[in-house]
Amino acid sequence: MPIIEITFYLFAAVLVGAAVMVISVRNPVYAALFLVLTFFSAAALWLLLEVEFLAIVLVLVYVGAVMVLFLFVVMMLDINLAPLKEGFIRYLPAAITVAVVMAVELMMVLWVRGKFGSEAFESPVPHPPDYNNTKEVGEWLYTQYMLPFEVAGIILLVAIIAAVALTLRRRPEAKRQDPARQVQVKRDDRIRMVKMKSETKVEE
Amino acid sequence: MLTLAHFLTLGAILFCLGVAGIFVNRKNVIILLMCIELILLAVNMNFVAFSRFLGNLDGQVFVFFILTVAAAEAAIGLAILVVLFRNRKTINVAELDDLKG
Amino acid sequence: MSLTTTLILIPLLPLLAAIVAGLLHKQVGRAGAHWVTILGVGASCVLSLWVLYQQMYEGLGTQDITIYNWMISDGIRFQVGFLVDHLTSLMMVVVTSVSLMVHIYTIGYMAEDPGYQRFFSYIALFTFSMLMLVMANNFMQLFFGWEAVGLVSYLLIGFWFKRESAIFANLKAFLVNRVGDFGFLLGIAAVVYAFGSLDYADVFGRAGELEGKTFSIIPGLDWQLATVICICLFIGAMGKSAQAPLHVWLPDSMEGPTPISALIHAATMVTAGIFMVARMSPLFELSDMALTFVMLIGVFTALAMGLIGIVQNDIKRVIAYSTLSQLGYMTVALGVSAYSAAIFHLMTHAFFKALLFLGAGSVIIALHHQQDMRYMGGLRKHMPITWLTAWLGTLALVGFPFFSGFFSKDAIIEAVALSNRTGSEIAYWGVVLGVLVTSFYSFRLLYLAFHGSPRYTVDAGAGHHPPDGVLQHEPHESPAVVTVPLILLAIPSVIIGYFTIEPVLFGGWLSDAIHVAPQNDVVAELGTHFHGPMAMGTHALVTVPFWLMVAGFVIATLVYRFRPALADYAAMKLPVLHRLLENKYYFDEFYQSAFVRRSIQLGNGLWKKADAGFIDGWLVNGSARLMGNLAARIREWQSGYLYHYAFAMILGLIGMLTIWVIRS
Repeated sequence: MPIIEITFYLFAAVLVGAAVMVISVRNPVYAALFLVLTFFSAAALWLLLEVEFLAIVLVLVYVGAVMVLFLFVVMMLDINLAPLKEGFIRYLPAAITVAVVMAVELMMVLWVRGKFGSEAFESPVPHPPDYNNTKEVGEWLYTQYMLPFEVAGIILLVAIIAAVALTLRRRPEAKRQDPARQVQVKRDDRIRMVKMKSETKVEE
Repeated sequence: MLTLAHFLTLGAILFCLGVAGIFVNRKNVIILLMCIELILLAVNMNFVAFSRFLGNLDGQVFVFFILTVAAAEAAIGLAILVVLFRNRKTINVAELDDLKG
Repeated sequence: MSLTTTLILIPLLPLLAAIVAGLLHKQVGRAGAHWVTILGVGASCVLSLWVLYQQMYEGLGTQDITIYNWMISDGIRFQVGFLVDHLTSLMMVVVTSVSLMVHIYTIGYMAEDPGYQRFFSYIALFTFSMLMLVMANNFMQLFFGWEAVGLVSYLLIGFWFKRESAIFANLKAFLVNRVGDFGFLLGIAAVVYAFGSLDYADVFGRAGELEGKTFSIIPGLDWQLATVICICLFIGAMGKSAQAPLHVWLPDSMEGPTPISALIHAATMVTAGIFMVARMSPLFELSDMALTFVMLIGVFTALAMGLIGIVQNDIKRVIAYSTLSQLGYMTVALGVSAYSAAIFHLMTHAFFKALLFLGAGSVIIALHHQQDMRYMGGLRKHMPITWLTAWLGTLALVGFPFFSGFFSKDAIIEAVALSNRTGSEIAYWGVVLGVLVTSFYSFRLLYLAFHGSPRYTVDAGAGHHPPDGVLQHEPHESPAVVTVPLILLAIPSVIIGYFTIEPVLFGGWLSDAIHVAPQNDVVAELGTHFHGPMAMGTHALVTVPFWLMVAGFVIATLVYRFRPALADYAAMKLPVLHRLLENKYYFDEFYQSAFVRRSIQLGNGLWKKADAGFIDGWLVNGSARLMGNLAARIREWQSGYLYHYAFAMILGLIGMLTIWVIRS
């Protein structure tokens, strides 16, 4: 079996295993870490497809940012895990049934009809050594997809503001500065001019 | 010989796992969010595979946007989760039924 | 000023005056309102006289002018235009001059009414509408004028809208006229169906095409198209000109102020039907059946309505029934194809009937809105001018030789006598007997109101609203704004017949507007016996109608001057007849039970069952209730739990996927 196939099956196995763990482990911290593993394996598979830019982005954004965020939240909140796992066993048969039915249907589409096999889609020709996936994607992003790209930027900005606005809270005991009031301060608010006679020497 | 179907199968399995995860982890919002990430990953996998096998970069650009939106969604979802926990002292979905008709 | 401009100005000036008096009533004030309308109508009257003068002496021919094309639809032109021939210019002069007199008179009659400006605005608007009607050169404008005069008529009948009876009379006039107008509209529609045109010139020019054409509404039953058109149009005339059985609104319309009773419900608007039939003479000549129908309706109205006038006690109602009777005379004339005699009587009647109404109004002012003749009497010495003009008007009405009414009425009677239409013998006896009836109720009115001893008492301390028959002070003659129009109307009432009978009836003056088939032309036949108005007047002394008139005078004098008890005795001896007349042949009761009550029942039924029950209950509230119930069920599904929604979504996804897998 060529090295490519071996790599594919290896990472695919890891991917599926990690995904199963994500949905089955009891502790959300572990789940988050397994999710990291899932994304890693996916990134590896994308590299196999010579989609280097997205593979790196997946690792950077998901593993580096989103998953860290998950971990932060999980650890920050003092969650009582016991009730959250209730009904896991009870709903497992239903979940398996649903998943299997869906999987079977999808497999029928994929394999039985043969519309997606090697005869329908030829295997892609490997790119030459000087091929630059990042450059290609960049060219597309900054020309044809300019407007969606900027919209995506705005969505991220809105997400930042929304996240800050949602979680920001004022604690009465916290000491804060109000820059606006500091800037607006006038002399009269701070200084009181007092006129008084100069001290006269007491004649003895 | 790797065909497109291999990658699509992988995406399908990932998708089904995400759906099953939503079923079994119905009370934990954090895991629910993770399951949604799994489903999105499945979709991304298909996009990437199609992009490569069709020799068309549009799919990759789409994945890029999905990643952006997914990141924004995760950030806001977690922010909501934090606020929710702060107010209710729980993230148990079974206790969140204020929208009951 | 060009002729077209003049013709536009004639109806437009009263309209402008009406707008100013109506919309700017606060700014112009009471005096402003009557000045602006009198100036508007006066100018219009002068211009009408000028047009008439041009046609009489300067040889101005028939003018058919289109002012404005509103639209052209499927080849049918809808337009505003004027057809000015001799008939039109005669009507224009009659309308504007009577209207002018009424305007002046109103200053005195309505002096204390809070709705002063509104009243002037209405009557000026009426003048505009009536002019549009008579000047029309197409059916659409005719219909516009027709409905517009009707509108103003309803507005004025209900002028004192706080009075229950006025509102009732208003509604009644409206509803009865609806019946007539519906027929009229059907007639116009039939004209469009037959000719594809609304234009008079077009339709009359091709009138001959109707000959022999049939038309079937009910399959298997063919009707002469000409007859259908003419009877439909005449039903409109029956409504507007108050011919039996659509006459019931006119007596009740006396609820309106007296000036409009004179202007609208005696002199002008109610004659619109007569005018219209005369205008449509080329069509009516095609259908003997329709003309016979017209004649029979007319003779019934002329005689039967006059009889009712004998038992009425309200001074205005007596004159109203007299109007009905005279309109019946005109209709008979139309029915025997003596269109010019009808128009001639229309003109003389306009003057003397307006005079009588205004005289009655003068009496009513003097007696502080007491209209019941049982509380009058002996007014002659208090109101000499009113008394004199009322006598002149009455002599004209009863057809005393050399008065205007004599010439016109005698012409009609003679025309009926000469006619060989089916049933014209009945019509002849009807109109001849009508003379006796007319004479009797007219002199009865004079005696009851002006002669004998007063049947009212004067009591200075009676308060503002004294009981019937009690006045606060002695009646006195009305002011000059009232008496001057009386005098001005009395002059034509006396003389106009003498001077115009020759040109109007026998000089062929109306021949440009009126078309009479040769075999029907009784007026021409009448003309062979005519040797000048003087000879006609003296010859009258040996005719039946004259002596019947005298007989009516003698009976009235006997009963109401010398033996008042005779009237009661007669009523006692003839209880059935008396009750029949008192109740106006039970027309009102019949309509009330046959149509009004049924309509109310039907309306109530539709309201409660169809509208409130079905539409509101089932369709509107029912659908709302259905939605409410459905929503109450569906909201049970809204558990509020996130995973239930997720579960539903996944199930939907599986369903979609399954369908897709199976179908592809």
